[in-house]
Amino acid sequence: MTAPTSPQGPGVTGGPGALSDLRVIELSSERSAFAGKLLADMGADVILVEPPGGDAMRTYEPFLEDVPGTDRSLYFWHYNTSKRGITLDLEQDAGREALRRLVATADVFLEAEDAGRLESLGIDAITLRAGRPELITISVAPFMRGGPREHEQSTDLTLLAGGGPAWSCGYDDHSLPPVRGGGNQGYQTGSHYAVMAALVALVSRDLTGVGQHIDVDMHAAQNVTTEAASYSWLVAEETVQRQTGRHAGVNPSAPSQVLCGDGRYVNTGVPARRGRDYEQVIGWLEEKGLAEEFPGTPLLEMGRELDIIDLSKIATDPAIREMFQAGRDAMVLLAQSMSAYEFFEGAQQRGFQVGIIYSPEEVMEDRHFKARGFPTEVEHPELGRSFTYPGAPYLFHGSPWQIQRRAPLLNEHADAILEESGFAPDEVAQLRAQKVV
Amino acid sequence: MREPDGTALGHLRICDFTGQLAGAGATKFLAAFGAQVIRIEDPTNEGRWDILRGGQPFKDERRGINLGGSFNNHNVEKLGITLNLRTKRGKELLHELIKISDVVSENFAAGVFERLGLSYEELRALKDDIIYVSNCGFGHSGPYVNYKTWGPVVQAVSGLTFSSGLPDQPSAGWGYSYMDHTGAYYMAMALLMAIHHRNVTGEGQWVDMSCTEAGASLNGPALLDYTVNGRPLRREGSPNSNRNQFPAMAPHGIYETEGDDNWIGISTRNEDDWKALCGVAGTAWVDDPRFATLADRLANEDDLDQRITDWTRHEDRFDLAARLQAAGVPATAVQRPGERVDHDADTEAWGLWPTVQQTEMGDVRVDGMPVHLSETEWKVERGAPCLGEHNDYVFGELLGVSESELVSLREEGVL
Repeated sequence: MTAPTSPQGPGVTGGPGALSDLRVIELSSERSAFAGKLLADMGADVILVEPPGGDAMRTYEPFLEDVPGTDRSLYFWHYNTSKRGITLDLEQDAGREALRRLVATADVFLEAEDAGRLESLGIDAITLRAGRPELITISVAPFMRGGPREHEQSTDLTLLAGGGPAWSCGYDDHSLPPVRGGGNQGYQTGSHYAVMAALVALVSRDLTGVGQHIDVDMHAAQNVTTEAASYSWLVAEETVQRQTGRHAGVNPSAPSQVLCGDGRYVNTGVPARRGRDYEQVIGWLEEKGLAEEFPGTPLLEMGRELDIIDLSKIATDPAIREMFQAGRDAMVLLAQSMSAYEFFEGAQQRGFQVGIIYSPEEVMEDRHFKARGFPTEVEHPELGRSFTYPGAPYLFHGSPWQIQRRAPLLNEHADAILEESGFAPDEVAQLRAQKVV
Repeated sequence: MREPDGTALGHLRICDFTGQLAGAGATKFLAAFGAQVIRIEDPTNEGRWDILRGGQPFKDERRGINLGGSFNNHNVEKLGITLNLRTKRGKELLHELIKISDVVSENFAAGVFERLGLSYEELRALKDDIIYVSNCGFGHSGPYVNYKTWGPVVQAVSGLTFSSGLPDQPSAGWGYSYMDHTGAYYMAMALLMAIHHRNVTGEGQWVDMSCTEAGASLNGPALLDYTVNGRPLRREGSPNSNRNQFPAMAPHGIYETEGDDNWIGISTRNEDDWKALCGVAGTAWVDDPRFATLADRLANEDDLDQRITDWTRHEDRFDLAARLQAAGVPATAVQRPGERVDHDADTEAWGLWPTVQQTEMGDVRVDGMPVHLSETEWKVERGAPCLGEHNDYVFGELLGVSESELVSLREEGVL
C-alpha cells in the first residue's frame, strides 16, 4: 500500500472516510469512472475491473511528460484515484465466474456498458442480484436502457449538445455556435446522480437490509441540470437564449464580464444598489484618482443618498436608470485601471459579489484554496515522486475525504483482491495461465 | 426520528434552512425519496432571503409570493414553516425542532448561522448526534471566508467559466448556474454520506461544503496537465472547448446546420467513426492525405472543420444526426428546451417531467429525477410549500404547541 496522502483541510481530524465500510466492484468505463472516484475518495474499497490490456482511458491524453504508456495517462490518473485494480477477461467463462465471485463479496456493483452487452454474457446487474437481495447495483447509460434511444452513440460533447446545456451557453453573437464547456461536465453530471442514488439506496439498506437496482440516464441528467432553460419551458413555454458569459434568458440582459487592466476578465455581478454600495464605489474611485475624470460621479453621489435603488423602476424612471448605469460604468472604469486580481479582492472587500475568471491552474495557485488544503499531494512510489492533485469537494469533520492511493497500475492488486475474495493459490495460477487475469 | 414508511428516507427529518438552488436542490433530492424536509422561512420578509420566492417564470398572469415557478421547481415535496428567530419563543421552538431532527442544513453566507447561535457546538448541545451540513461559496474558513458568491461567481473562481469558450473570444461561461445545481448535488451527497456514517458509528458531524472547491474539483485532467506537465489551459488558442484534447479527437465540434440558429454536435472517437462519417458525407475526405490519421486531422483541424461546416450547413440537423447514428457515429442535434422536453423519445419514456400540484399554482410540470430505483423509487407529486403552509402540522402536531398558543404566536409575529 502506498503511504497515505496529506490530510486535507484545516481543523479536520476525523478518522476513515464515511464509506470505509463499503466494497464496490466497478466495471471500468469512462462513463462512470468519476462515480467510482467519488465513492473511493470517501473511503470505499473500489475494485476497478478492466479488460486485459487495460481500459481505453489508459490511452487518453494527457500523458505524463507527453509520452503515452499504460500507466502514464493523466486522464486515467485523475478519474481513478483511490481505487484498486484487476484485469479480468469477461469474454471467458472463467473470467465471468471470477467476476461473480468478486461481486459476491461486495456491497455495490457499478457498470456503464453498452446496452445488452452484460445480458449477453450473463453478468448483468439483475442476474448478479439473484440470491443477493442486499446487493446495490447501478447501471449508468447514455440513454434509457430498453428505451427508444438506447443504442445511440455518445460522447461528453453529444450529451451536452443534445441534453440541453449547450443551447444555453455561448455568445451574444448567434453566428457563433453554442459552446459546450470543457472538463467532462456531461459525464460528471451523470456520475453525480449515480452516486446520489447509490447513497439513497445505501441509507435505505442500512435500515432494511435490502439493496436494489438503480438505472441512471445520462441524457436525462443533463436535461434536469439546465436551471431556467427547463422550467421556463415547463411553466411558461418560453425559450431562453444564450448570451456571452452570463445566464441565458428569455429577454436579453446587460453584460457582466469586464476586461481588466492586465487583460484578464472578471464577472461583475450586480452593480451598486444600496446607498452604501455607492459610497464604496466613490471611495474606491477617489483612492485610484479616478473620481474627477469619471463623468458619472455626480450620479454616484445621488445614489449614495438613497437607501436602495428600486430596480423595478429602471424601465420607467430615467434618473434611476442613469444612477444604475453610472454604478456599472464606474466598475468598468475601475476594472480597467487595475489587474483582475486586485479588482476581485477590492470589490469583494467592499461588499460586491465579483468573481475573477480563473483558469483551472490559477485555482491551484490561489491563496484561499491553498489555505483550505485543496491542492493535495499524492505519491507515485514507482516513479519516486509525488504530484499535486485537486482535493476535496467537501470538508467532512468526522469522516473525511482522502485520496487513499494513486490510480492503480495495470492489474496492480490482482493477487490481493483474489486472495481476499477466497481464491486459493492454485485457482489464481489457473486464472493467470488461461489469461483470464 | 420518524417511523419508517416504506420510502428510502422516510425515517429521516431535516431541519432545513436551505434556499435558492445551491441549497434547495440538495434537500429536494432527499424529499423526493421520502425524507421529511421542513423548510424554515422568515415571516417578517415573506421568506424573501430566497430570491426565487415569488419570482419568474409564471404560469399565468397571477403574481404572488407562492406563485414563483423556479421556487416551485426546487422545493417540491417539502414542508414549509415560518418562524421569527429574532424572538425568544421563536428560538425556543427552533431548538425543540432540532432536537427531533436528524439533520440541520443551510446555505447562508459563512458566519450567518453562527450569529443565530447555531454553530455546530451549539447544535450538538441540542442533539449530540446531529448532522450539520453548511454550504456556501468559499467555505467556513480561509482568506475569502467573507467573500460573497452566486453561481456565476463560483463558476468564475473555480475555473469552469474560463474552460468554456472559443479562441479569440472572451469566455462563454455557463448560461445558467451550473454550480448551483452541482453544489446542490455535492450537498446531497454530503448529507447522505454523513447519515450513513452515523448509521454505522452512531456519530453525527459537521460537513463544511464550499461550492468553489466542488467546482474546482470538476476541471478534469486539465488540472494534472498543469501540475504534472506544467501546461496551463490559459495559452494561445486555448480553450477551444467544442473541440477535445482529453482525449484528442478530430473532427469533433458543434457545426452549423440548415435554418436559423440550428446546430449539430458530432464526435469521431476513432478511425472507424471517421470513415463512417466520410461515408455519410459521401466525400473523398477519407482519401485526402491531410486527413488520413488523427495526427493529420488535428494538424489540419481548421480546414477540416470548415469542410464539414460547408456540408452540414445544408443538412437538417435531426435527419443528419439520424444518418450518422445509423452509421455508428456519435452525433446529435443541439436541442432547444421545447424539443427535449416535449419531443424527445428518451425523456418521455423515462417520465422525466412529472406534474405536481401546488396549492396556489395548481398543476405544473417540474424537473424529475434521472434515476430509477427498483425498490424505493422517487415520488414528486406535491409542489413547493406556500409560506407557512405547514405551521399547524409542525408546531401543533410535531412540537405539541396548543391551538390557543398557535393563535397568539401568529398575532405576536413569532410565526
